[in-house]
Amino acid sequence: MDPSAVATRPAIRATNVGVYYGSNKVVEDVTMDMPENEITAIIGPSGAGKSTLLRCINRLNDLIEIFRMEGEMWFGDFNLYAPESDPTQIRYRIGMVFQRPNPFPKSIYENVAFGPKINGFTGSMDDIVEQSLQGAALWDEVKDRLKESALALSGGQQQRLCIARALAVEPSVILMDEPCSALDPIATLAIEELMQELKKRYSIVIVTHNMQQAGRVSDKTAFLMPDENRVAHLIEFGDTRTLFTNPSDERTEAYITGRFG
Amino acid sequence: MLRSDYDRNLADLQTDLAEMGSLVETATQSAISALETQNVQLAQQVIDADDDIDRLQDALESKCVMLLATQQPAATDLRAVLCAVHIAAELERMGDYAEGIAKICIRIGDQPLVKPLIDIPRMAELALKMLDDSLLAYTSRDEWLARKVCADDDAIDDLYNQIYRELLTYMLSDPRTIERATYLLWVAHNLERIADRATNIGERVLWLVTGNTVGNRPENRSLR
Repeated sequence: MDPSAVATRPAIRATNVGVYYGSNKVVEDVTMDMPENEITAIIGPSGAGKSTLLRCINRLNDLIEIFRMEGEMWFGDFNLYAPESDPTQIRYRIGMVFQRPNPFPKSIYENVAFGPKINGFTGSMDDIVEQSLQGAALWDEVKDRLKESALALSGGQQQRLCIARALAVEPSVILMDEPCSALDPIATLAIEELMQELKKRYSIVIVTHNMQQAGRVSDKTAFLMPDENRVAHLIEFGDTRTLFTNPSDERTEAYITGRFG
Repeated sequence: MLRSDYDRNLADLQTDLAEMGSLVETATQSAISALETQNVQLAQQVIDADDDIDRLQDALESKCVMLLATQQPAATDLRAVLCAVHIAAELERMGDYAEGIAKICIRIGDQPLVKPLIDIPRMAELALKMLDDSLLAYTSRDEWLARKVCADDDAIDDLYNQIYRELLTYMLSDPRTIERATYLLWVAHNLERIADRATNIGERVLWLVTGNTVGNRPENRSLR
């Protein structure tokens, strides 16, 4: 796939990315540009390497001992896998929201303040907490109970709190790994609506099992699929509208029309 | 506010249909005024402008396909998207009828008209009012107005029959007028078709608002 096909400049560029767990190859030769200020969705059946690929972006797979990546992952002009790159710093700049909301068992305020605090932030903590909660469209719902436990919030609110927590360390990219799979349809739509706001300031990459969600929210869609040896390949990558109305690969067509996967 | 982009896309469909509708209106008015003034140049402009209407229909259809493929519209939203596809097709066809009138103007050229135009402009005016009302009924989801459009079609049919009988009288009394009278009959026929398409839009809007298919039943013509 030709990276220059993407008009806007990429926030993240994967070049010939392959992933191994021990001697097992699980993802082969993924090359794609995830553009700035757009939402890139990664879809595909179970075992297609969607989360694995997503976790390569903020080096979360480094925590797995037998993980090895070949090829390159770029964050702007910055080589994420260069020997001098610091994974902790990378994860501030490339935030992540997980499948299940995972707030710390602390107050709402402390959840958001946690990142800036350990990051040595010296400005007004109240301001950064308010801005982050505003950014996550949660402020109006929690401003009068910032000292209450985050665990008292609903699932959808907790997930928005996790987004606020990611925003507090001022990332430029937000990775979302099935952020709505534990939420009801209304809370899901609230997160989707929030994503449309967030993309004005951040670049977003989202993994989703729910291809209708990919269709609704994303600008670009990548379709991954495992082959008979369970090695995942990037089958098709392009504008979401085109991919959902006129995919160029028959495997994409079969998947999005619900005929396999 | 949930799904604001999606709501905007749905609202855009109404704007696009209004734009198509106004092009059809201009085309029909220009075609009739080209006929009245026997202005062949103006008639040619109407013919050339029909491509714009066709292009708008293509664009609107692509938007609807995109919405269906990516946004899973349901209930009223689903009917509104399907309705937009149908209405765009009706408007495209109306544009063709206007173009047809323009072509008749060119065939008439500078031959004198067989009679002064009185009922044909009235018919055009009423047909365009029906078009206007049908699109307004779509935008405002107005069931009463949609029924009114369907009911107005009877007045068009009456005018058409009147024109038909009058032109027949000319042809019977002087067979040399047959060709020129036939041209005017074709014009009236195209206007009758335009009004019929407006009625179709009215019926679509009834389906949009009520969720029931209505077809062309007499009860739709009664104003409750």
